[in-house]
Amino acid sequence: MSFTNLLRVAITAIMSNKSRTLLSTLGIIIGVAAVIIMMAIGQGSKESVRSELSKMGSNLLTIRPGSDMRGGVRQDPSAMQTLKMDDYLSIQEKAHLITHVSPEVTASGQVIYGSKNTTSSMYGESPEYMDIKLWQIEDGECFNDEDVKKSAKVCIVGKTVVEELFGDKNYDCVGKTIRFKSIPFRIVGVLKAKGYNSWGMDQDNVMIAPYTTVMKRLAAQTFFSSIQMSAVSEERSDDAIEEVTAILRENHKIKDGQEDDFSVRSQQEIMETMSSTMDTITLILVVAAAFSLLVAGIGIMNIMLVSVTERTREIGLRMSVGARGRDISRQFLIESIMISLTGGIIGVGLGYLVSWIASVVGLPCSVPLWAVILSFCVCACIGLLFGYVPARKAALMDPIEAIRYE
Amino acid sequence: MSEFKQNTNVDAQGRKCVIELQNVKRDFIVGSETVHALRGVSFKIYEGEFVTIMGTSGSGKSTLLNQLGCLDTPTSGEYYLDGIPVKNMKRSQRARLRNRKIGFVFQNYNLLAKTTAVENVELPLMYNNNYNAKERRRAAIEALEAVGLGDRLMHKSNQMSGGQMQRVAIARALVNNPAVLLADEATGNLDTRTSFEMLVLFQKLHAEGRTIIFVTHNPEIAQYSSRNIMLRDGKIREDVLNENILSAAEALAALPKPQDE
Repeated sequence: MSFTNLLRVAITAIMSNKSRTLLSTLGIIIGVAAVIIMMAIGQGSKESVRSELSKMGSNLLTIRPGSDMRGGVRQDPSAMQTLKMDDYLSIQEKAHLITHVSPEVTASGQVIYGSKNTTSSMYGESPEYMDIKLWQIEDGECFNDEDVKKSAKVCIVGKTVVEELFGDKNYDCVGKTIRFKSIPFRIVGVLKAKGYNSWGMDQDNVMIAPYTTVMKRLAAQTFFSSIQMSAVSEERSDDAIEEVTAILRENHKIKDGQEDDFSVRSQQEIMETMSSTMDTITLILVVAAAFSLLVAGIGIMNIMLVSVTERTREIGLRMSVGARGRDISRQFLIESIMISLTGGIIGVGLGYLVSWIASVVGLPCSVPLWAVILSFCVCACIGLLFGYVPARKAALMDPIEAIRYE
Repeated sequence: MSEFKQNTNVDAQGRKCVIELQNVKRDFIVGSETVHALRGVSFKIYEGEFVTIMGTSGSGKSTLLNQLGCLDTPTSGEYYLDGIPVKNMKRSQRARLRNRKIGFVFQNYNLLAKTTAVENVELPLMYNNNYNAKERRRAAIEALEAVGLGDRLMHKSNQMSGGQMQRVAIARALVNNPAVLLADEATGNLDTRTSFEMLVLFQKLHAEGRTIIFVTHNPEIAQYSSRNIMLRDGKIREDVLNENILSAAEALAALPKPQDE
């Protein structure tokens, strides 16, 4: 039988039993829609994390103390004190691929204004930090190099801190003095709000002071917990890492073949780590959704087996008038593929619709094209795979018995 | 047809031999026993004959019908359909042979449900790639006109009476212009009047030169055919030519008219 005839026969058969076809298609629709939605959520959150991270500066580089081996024992990075003032100065002086650099010393604790208090982190930085992390000052101004030199007790605060201490996030607090770990800091500026990042951290619950102040007056230490830098461009991040690594190895007198006692990471790498985590989560979700497709496939096989039995007489008749086994098996295969493909098309549509609604509501969702193509292929395969057993059963019928079947 | 290997064979009057059985035996193994359904059947049927095959149930007539219809193959012996040896043919080859050479008419019509008359008649040609959609439709319409249903082309199978359905089935059997028309109790489900109408149709087809084999257990039908083969216990008991063929049309006219006409 020619392909067009097969298609016509399949359409007639499907149309003659609409409600049953619809019900068996429903499984595929739900399965495909679930897969599409899961992929959309995965892709959407990945994209949102990426854009979040690039808002923080896509050319950001961070040096941390670490990877230090002493006698085979790896040291706890926080206990390491390898990043010193020298390193900061030599990067500033020698690194050509670095545009901004800021040492970082952090301290957490209680901050008090009048009768109110809150817990926040104090970041000791250089004024260049504003450019590295793309912070903007809403009110007042940033502390300057003079403040750094004098270890001045000044700070700039994030919106959350303002709200907690003054009761109103728009309160004009520039010039007010707050106390952090019993040391008074004068507020010189308020940061423009950044909001929560995509992994739920409040980026505005922050205070920034000159690094010298935090080192001497709060942490009482001579080393940095990290050094934050901007590379000239995102593309040259890797070159910048090499350059900085070379400078630090020289400073730390590390011989060839010895491991670094620090690590330089780019935002790129952090993004990749985040992405791969997201991918894993997405994969788990998609696999779970794919199981519903498997169940739907079994449903189709079941309904096709019923259909083959129901139409035994028809099969017998077709064989008597000249249908070969393969004509019969093709007829049923095409029918099951059509059922599952129709389900696939509706499922993709439904998946798109739900993803669109979700993105309107505010959930990051984006349907990747390859997921759509994959869904169609999977549907066709399901039709073929689960249609095979019923089709074979039909093809192997004995026309003598089939034609007299009651 | 040149696509099959042929072994043509002609009788004294120059008629082609359409069917030739040479000592056909068919055994079935049921459990540990062997049932001999056909115990050596031989006969020839020539073009243009209207043969009734009769026998009680268990006489082997269904088995013989399956052999003649190429739905089954002999355990031993040989069967030539239109000169083509069938015994060693594969399933798919026999399907093709049925498609080209045989027209089946069944007791219970076996029309496709919710399908129009013309689509039902087209069915055998769907499995013949030599026909395109247009030729198929034309052949189906011609066949329906030949059985007197030219005005019922688009009626669906569930909108027709038993007689009309059987006419559609006969048209379906004729559409591929078969070498032989095989009717299996074709009047079994019909009332007397409609049965005679069917016989009128079969006699008309016979007159037009069709070869017809009519399998039945009803001895009355034999009077309207040109030859009668009687089976018993898997063997031919009687094979006689009918010298005095009755006219089904006259018998139909003699029937009392139905009340509602």
